[in-house]
Amino acid sequence: MTVLLQFEKVSKRFGGLQALRDLSFGVREGEILGLIGPNGAGKTTLFNLINGVFAPDTGRIVFAGIDITGEKPYRIARHGLARTHQIVQPLTNMTVLENCTVGACFGRENLPLSRAHEVARAAMAVTGLQDRAAMLAMHLTIAGKKRLELARALAAQPKLLLLDEVLAGLNPTEVEHMIGVIRRIRDSGLTILMIEHLMQAIMNLSDRIVVLNFGQKLAEGRPAEVAQDAQVIEAYLGDPKLAAELQGNAAHV
Amino acid sequence: MPLLRLMRRPFFWIIAVAIAVFAISPVIGNDVELRESLLLDALYITLASNLNLMLGYAGYINFGSIVFFGLGGYVCVWLVNAYHWTLGPSLFVAGICVSVLALIFGLGILRLRGAFFALSTIGIVEAVQAFAENFSPWGGSSGIYLSSEIFKPFGGPAHALWVIYFIMVGVMGLSLYLSYFIKTSKFGLGLLAIGQNEDAAAILGVPTPLYKAMVYSASAFLPAIAGGLYFFKSAFIQPSDAFDLSLSTEALVVAMLGGQGTVTGVALGAYLYEELRGYLLTTATFSNFQLVISGALLLLIVLFFPSGLMGFIYSRFPRTQKVLE
Repeated sequence: MTVLLQFEKVSKRFGGLQALRDLSFGVREGEILGLIGPNGAGKTTLFNLINGVFAPDTGRIVFAGIDITGEKPYRIARHGLARTHQIVQPLTNMTVLENCTVGACFGRENLPLSRAHEVARAAMAVTGLQDRAAMLAMHLTIAGKKRLELARALAAQPKLLLLDEVLAGLNPTEVEHMIGVIRRIRDSGLTILMIEHLMQAIMNLSDRIVVLNFGQKLAEGRPAEVAQDAQVIEAYLGDPKLAAELQGNAAHV
Repeated sequence: MPLLRLMRRPFFWIIAVAIAVFAISPVIGNDVELRESLLLDALYITLASNLNLMLGYAGYINFGSIVFFGLGGYVCVWLVNAYHWTLGPSLFVAGICVSVLALIFGLGILRLRGAFFALSTIGIVEAVQAFAENFSPWGGSSGIYLSSEIFKPFGGPAHALWVIYFIMVGVMGLSLYLSYFIKTSKFGLGLLAIGQNEDAAAILGVPTPLYKAMVYSASAFLPAIAGGLYFFKSAFIQPSDAFDLSLSTEALVVAMLGGQGTVTGVALGAYLYEELRGYLLTTATFSNFQLVISGALLLLIVLFFPSGLMGFIYSRFPRTQKVLE
């Protein structure tokens, strides 16, 4: 399997805080790679480095054979990288369709408006937003806004999709729906890198897991392996009850 | 062809009718007073529509939009006076020069956001005004006077005023079409995204620095031509008239009054405001009383009607949203 995204010894420091230290890992084409770790482990920073919000201090990030280290976000989007935000960032005064059209217009294909509308509608259908096309983004519920984040990212027709806690803040029914959507997206051949705190969900969805702690990689492997890793259980999970839950879950997979 | 597609929409023809009304109504009955009043309307519509490209689309408050108007005036008057150029080429070159200058300024100051950007636009007005006051080819603080010879090619001043009026109406028409064209384009969609959330827009792939500089530059072209016309008409230009900050503020009030981000609203706002101003100016009690009104108006709009006249019309008659941009 070819590697789509490669981190090579990437470090990032914010003042006195070493957010990431010498981090190396790869995302393989067609997989769902789950990224877990306690709060402050550097997960969102890692996303921000990938799509160019920050430039790393040292190291290289290679995407689809192109060195994208330190490129601007809008250039990186053109290479075929799209993301959702942990704290939703809708274009509030624009409709759902317009939001998704922005994604389609300025994404990987750089589509003209008319084609972009079609792609946007298709992305809305995948996430179940097709009936809300004319609704202003600000009037969506939180679940709706999460779906919009996902639809907008999909409309960009990316090669790699970065999902930052798309399940957070959803009720169990909504979580169920969203997991189904993510599965369908993966089945369509898209590669996904996702951050998630909902252990059950990420253990079930991911092909592989990378565990971060204090900006360093603690473990990497299949969900079942990671869940049994003594270091992970000790350093990250801490809570023995949660560890047991994890192992129980991994056993189901 | 995007242009052909636009021609199939009713709004394209609404603009055309508005332009025709402007062009024809003073001709009927040779009404010079009406012409002068409509000339100012057309000027305000031009200034406000182009300001709206920055304010209503990209979400950047430009307090210094008047600098385009004044600089355009200076370049045009200077070319006519010093090099004996005719009006047409002078206007065109003024527009191009000011646009290029705006592009260069824009690449610099558009790194700033919010209040810092707004402040820097005022700084630009002050700097350009200081430049004009000390630049001897432009006559320093006493400005440039044009001789009455300049109206000769038009067959005398009376004729020239009509020609100037028709050009101004043309500039207004182009401003409206430019606003409409950008709003319905991919460029416009990118600008609206920037106006809503610039960081999110960049992550979605909108090339934000380029788009912002482009719209800043585009918003300079037609106001510069309008400035050239205006000061050619008065045959006189001086720094304090050319770079009058209160006209900048009035353009902001107009755009907010009509509804920023809309084409119709801004034009309507400009028309209503200018008519009101004309009325207030003719009352003897107060000179410049319109500035008091515009200040109060701005407060009321910001507090109670943030989406302006068009916001009100849209909410009352939702169907108009499909027709009026």
